[in-house]
Amino acid sequence: MMSSKYDLTDEQKELVAIAREIAEKKIKPIRAELDETQEFPYDIVKIFGQSDLYRVFVPSEYEGLGMGVYESSLITEELSRVCGGIALAYAGSLLGTFPILLFGNEEQKKRFLPPIASGEKLAAFCLTEPEAGSDASNVRTTAKKEGDYYILNGTKQWITNGGVAGLYSVFANIDISRGIRGITAFVVDRDTPGFSIGKKENKLGIRASNTTELIFNNCKVPAANMLAKEGQGFKVAMKTFDMSRPGVAAQALGIAQGAYEEALKYAHERKQFGQTIYSFQAVRFMIADMAMKIEAARALVYQSAKLADAKDPDSGPYSAMAKAFASDVAMEVTVNAVQVLAGYGYMKEYPVEKMMRDAKITQIYEGTNQIQREVIATHLTKELSRLEKK
Amino acid sequence: MGFEKKIVIIGETRGCKIHHVTYELTSKAAELAGKINAEVVTLVCGHEIEKGDLERLFKTGAHRAVVVDSPELVLVNDDHYLRDIADFIKSEKPDMALAGATPFGRALVPKLAITIDAGLTADCTELGIEEGTGLLLQTRPAFGGNLMATIKTPEKRPQMSTVRPKVFKINETYGNPVNIVKKDHIPGKSRIKMLQTVKDLEQVINIAEADIIVSGGRGLGSKENFALIFELASKLNAAVGASRAAVDAGWIAYSHQVGQTGTTVSPKLYIAVGISGMIQHQVGMKSADCIVAINKDPDAPIFNIADFGIVGDLFDIVPKLSKIME
Amino acid sequence: MKKVIVFIKQVPDTSELKIDPVTNTMIREGVPSIINPFDMYAIEEAVRIKEKWGDTEVTVITMGPPQADAALREAISMGCDNAVLLSDRKFAASDTWATSYVLSKAVGKIGEYDVLLAGKQATDGDTAQVGPGIATWLGIPCITYVNNIEEIKPGYVKLHRMHDEGYDVIEIEGKFLLTVLKELNEPRIASFRGKMNAKKAEIPVWTAEDIGADPAKIGFMGSPTRVVKAFSPPVKQGGIKISAEEDPSVPEKLKSYLREKLII
Repeated sequence: MMSSKYDLTDEQKELVAIAREIAEKKIKPIRAELDETQEFPYDIVKIFGQSDLYRVFVPSEYEGLGMGVYESSLITEELSRVCGGIALAYAGSLLGTFPILLFGNEEQKKRFLPPIASGEKLAAFCLTEPEAGSDASNVRTTAKKEGDYYILNGTKQWITNGGVAGLYSVFANIDISRGIRGITAFVVDRDTPGFSIGKKENKLGIRASNTTELIFNNCKVPAANMLAKEGQGFKVAMKTFDMSRPGVAAQALGIAQGAYEEALKYAHERKQFGQTIYSFQAVRFMIADMAMKIEAARALVYQSAKLADAKDPDSGPYSAMAKAFASDVAMEVTVNAVQVLAGYGYMKEYPVEKMMRDAKITQIYEGTNQIQREVIATHLTKELSRLEKK
Repeated sequence: MGFEKKIVIIGETRGCKIHHVTYELTSKAAELAGKINAEVVTLVCGHEIEKGDLERLFKTGAHRAVVVDSPELVLVNDDHYLRDIADFIKSEKPDMALAGATPFGRALVPKLAITIDAGLTADCTELGIEEGTGLLLQTRPAFGGNLMATIKTPEKRPQMSTVRPKVFKINETYGNPVNIVKKDHIPGKSRIKMLQTVKDLEQVINIAEADIIVSGGRGLGSKENFALIFELASKLNAAVGASRAAVDAGWIAYSHQVGQTGTTVSPKLYIAVGISGMIQHQVGMKSADCIVAINKDPDAPIFNIADFGIVGDLFDIVPKLSKIME
Repeated sequence: MKKVIVFIKQVPDTSELKIDPVTNTMIREGVPSIINPFDMYAIEEAVRIKEKWGDTEVTVITMGPPQADAALREAISMGCDNAVLLSDRKFAASDTWATSYVLSKAVGKIGEYDVLLAGKQATDGDTAQVGPGIATWLGIPCITYVNNIEEIKPGYVKLHRMHDEGYDVIEIEGKFLLTVLKELNEPRIASFRGKMNAKKAEIPVWTAEDIGADPAKIGFMGSPTRVVKAFSPPVKQGGIKISAEEDPSVPEKLKSYLREKLII
């Protein structure tokens, strides 16, 4: 069913068609191999760039197409339907770009956005540290002002697009004693002296995505690369998540869709006891549940993306709901898809075991689903006060 | 005795040898000539062509051979060739002119058709003479062999065709007297510079003209596994073909690709190994005399056109075949 | 401004062709039209030349019915700058001789150009004659079966021409027409901006009169060849099918089958 049931504009339909063509023709033939080798899909990134996909989320003044979270999510969904890992070469760059889109000044946007729009440079979002996971405020990377520069020291971990990105949105603390109010955001170019790439992680899923450590060793970042003001970094990160979570939700949605399609197809082909397994209620109901939950997730994901684009004050909790719900659906659907394919599903010749492994991360990153529920619950307290006022 | 008409064969040479398609066409022309009382003249452009090869033209049906010899004709430079051939056709004014539908013929003859203002039918698989008019009837496949069309050229002369190699048999029983005439090469400038010709070492036997082809597809799974195909091919003295999937995966060079965006082949025997046989592949090979398919999927479309289908694991069957075939 | 012209043809998608099992004829109705697959490589190469040279315009031309407009728009979505549709009832039933004449006259109307490109052949007619024909009408060299371009600049090219036993390395100075093979490149997926350009593009339709074509050289009357009849080849039927699992002696059976048929 997918996006066709939604009232897309001609332009949105074209984007979906392009993403699908890339996914089917270029990504599908290599996804299993890259999953095995953990190689980064440089050729696919080139195709994303050539097809204008990175332009979608960049404003037209900076060589973009001036579209938003909704369009990017439609693309991410289509790409993830075939490979959740390779899709991250797209979606991860969007995540890394949001701090610039939301808080960059005119000069910074002019400088950073055009190469992101063309696909010449990927962006990466760099918040997580060994001691700063769900407690994102506990950033230990430091930034010390020296003249026109900030000197960064510390280590980031599990950074999507680490090493392959050209631009890094990095969160560092200018004064640890200030705690959360010391966190400050910077854009760091890969070629900055003192910046290096640490170890590359060996992951359960999304293995075609590059996940690395980043090491800052007296890394000299121009003060002109600071986003917003000193001490506003935490706000930059949180606002970014409000915008980016529909993207993770779309990734989960696409993975679920891909797994459901495989299960549906297989159940109609596979014969046991002289009939297709789809004729058995035990199987057909599993697949009916998949379709139902995916459609429910899609409604929520699209709605949250539209609210993010509309800068709706409640887009934060909606994004959290979409992210948590869609990723829980993705996990359930992929696990069940493996069950429908059973022995074949467990084998690497079929794509569903990979989809199951890829799905898991969507419940974890950009805030675990437990954190999402915290975001939602906190918002609900405000809802209560609104209810009481009426 | 006087001839009423004239058929010219535009010969093709490789080094000092004459290409077999030239003999095939000479024989076919001799057969057609019998119906319309025509002289069969074979034009041979090249350099230091072997005498035996030239003499063989008369065994295969030529009445006259015209030889243009020049070092400028060693490599196939269309500019040089075109000048000699166009001049020859203009002076001889034949009724029909035939050439091989080889890369040589398919590149050169369309240019000749415009240069001398004549009609041309490409890639024919059958030639005949129309009753009453004596016109050349040229039959050719289109739509990848899904449609056949018979074409004639009512007015313009000569009536020209390029003809697929190995479609017609060489008939060596004519025994016409040797009658070799020399024609001077017309010197002139060329806008094309032939720097060198490079042989593809992997391509030991040319697939377009091979009698037997063993082809590998996606089912092989890797470049290394193509060794199985090469081994069976060498046992059968066959050429190695491939499906588009195998070429796109980088397992083998494009020159081996059979099918719509590759080469069209019509061997005596085509063995498709691990090839599902999508229509794009079929259009390139379904005119083979005998098709053998080995595939693990019993529903693979290749079995619909295979004379002998084996449903099973190619990694088991192909080595066994290689062992017993000599 | 440098100029590359690409010749394309709209053809039925052969992969969608079906044969009527009763009449054994091709069913053409409902078969989608596509750009001739070989022409996709010519389009891609033209766009790459443009990207390499800069300040270069790529024009794509086709001769066909008004519906061929869709093929031209697809070419624009891949990065061609503009397009011309040659469409006129007078062009109908042109053979390769007349078609190449019409296309060469269109080039004449366009005027200046540096490179002409076409696919090796079209998958409907399979003739491979139109490319060399156009070049000959224009009096420029044509290299067919091009599978590698080592160097290309305005007025110069060094390339590989595939043949039966390998390839020739060829150099040309001046203008030229190349017909290309699949091996040359991998056609890109249309970009979003390309698709938007394609939607907006105004594609002129040129008639025989517009290009100053001699009526005696076009269409049915201008074509030296005549189709006498078209017919379907005999259908190939599947033969023996054996499961290797059930019959382990199948390799031997195949060997004796081929022996019987005198193939080996």
